[in-house]
Amino acid sequence: MLRYVYAQDLAQFEPLARSMFRDRADQFKTRLGWDVQVDRNSEERDSYDALNPLYVIWENADGSHGGSMRFLPSTGPIMVNDVFADLNDGKRISSPLIWECTRFCLSRGAQGGVAGALTLGGLELMRNFNIAHFAGVFDRRMVRIYRALGFSPDIIGTKGSGRDRVCLGLWEYSRAAYDRVAKLAGISAEQSTLWFDLSLGGAQAPVPQAMALTA
Amino acid sequence: MASRINLDFILEVLDAATSVEDLRELIKRICDSFGVNHGMYHWVDSAGDHYYFGTYSDEWVTRYQERAYVRVDPVIIGCHQRFHPVDWRRLDWSPKAAREFLQDALDHDVGNQGYSIPIRGPNGQFALFTISHTCDDAEWDKFTERHSRDLILLGHYMNRKVLEFEPDRGPDQVQPLSPREIDALTLLAMGYSRAQVAKTLSISEHTLRVYIESARFKLGAINTTHAIARAISLGLILI
Repeated sequence: MLRYVYAQDLAQFEPLARSMFRDRADQFKTRLGWDVQVDRNSEERDSYDALNPLYVIWENADGSHGGSMRFLPSTGPIMVNDVFADLNDGKRISSPLIWECTRFCLSRGAQGGVAGALTLGGLELMRNFNIAHFAGVFDRRMVRIYRALGFSPDIIGTKGSGRDRVCLGLWEYSRAAYDRVAKLAGISAEQSTLWFDLSLGGAQAPVPQAMALTA
Repeated sequence: MASRINLDFILEVLDAATSVEDLRELIKRICDSFGVNHGMYHWVDSAGDHYYFGTYSDEWVTRYQERAYVRVDPVIIGCHQRFHPVDWRRLDWSPKAAREFLQDALDHDVGNQGYSIPIRGPNGQFALFTISHTCDDAEWDKFTERHSRDLILLGHYMNRKVLEFEPDRGPDQVQPLSPREIDALTLLAMGYSRAQVAKTLSISEHTLRVYIESARFKLGAINTTHAIARAISLGLILI
């Protein structure tokens, strides 16, 4: 299932969180060879994890991490502005309607549908919070994967070459994109909404009598 | 509730504001324009002190402080340190203290529906901009769907303004526009359609929209027309 968890609440999902940070080390350091910090518990974290970001996490049936990504609003510190500004003429992207997506990660043994479910999770955030765009920097090999998932970014900047080539992309919300990704992922809008509501309210807490009052 | 709202006018009032009293007036105008009962701006500073102004009755604000409701208010608990806009129906109202608080709030005409926008400012500054109203769920769904993006932007612009009032802070410089943003606004100001602008700049319309959106926020504008007008008046673009 998909979970939407702020960093401050990760302690409630400890095995899930630990395996997420381990899988990030495995993906970004071991497999992609990025220059990221891995601690002695083999967990990868950076300074943005300390800014209370919102994670979208696929939780496997056994409670472990299947894949995840991380979101922060572009009104605060984000990698696109701090680390990759050269990909956008050195100018900042900043709007409460644009969030940055980083650390898109799949565990080594992730089942086929996890990437699609995560993509739908991103669109679920956009739909519910009226986010117009995501911005993100990614390895060029992701371009084909995003296309296959039904949610391709516009690439507005690239740098490096070969293995080190990275791109700055922008994704735009539309209901059509949401429906397309849901169909490709094989997940109904109802199912996706339920997961979202379970994490971010609306499903578990009974509405108090006084709130249900009609005008 | 209002369907067409004169946001340009609201933003003119916001620009001209020089005191918290002006902003209180502005919130009244926002409520009138959007056709909702209440609006509140709530600021938590780095020392953890709370300040608020808006349209709630003085009686309710005093009571809220006296009873230290800030500790049980699900809106505060659910929004603090977060950054997504929150419909009050999604909050956890199940604790007894929260239910009692809710009843008291309803008795003081706060309204049964609310939409709160958390804002993370610089150096740990945190604020909430809230709109509340009395209506049924269907009407509130329609309202938030239609107006949430405008309210999100207004909340952030108001926070920017409040930060200007801080004694040790001068007004923020308008962030410089990127060359692409200037090109886009200039061509739009010249009457080009979005499609023509995108074609001229060899970018997709989608990317163009991001340039416009980014420029709009830097300029404190609510729509493209307003962004162009501001860019011209600030001398950022010439046509």
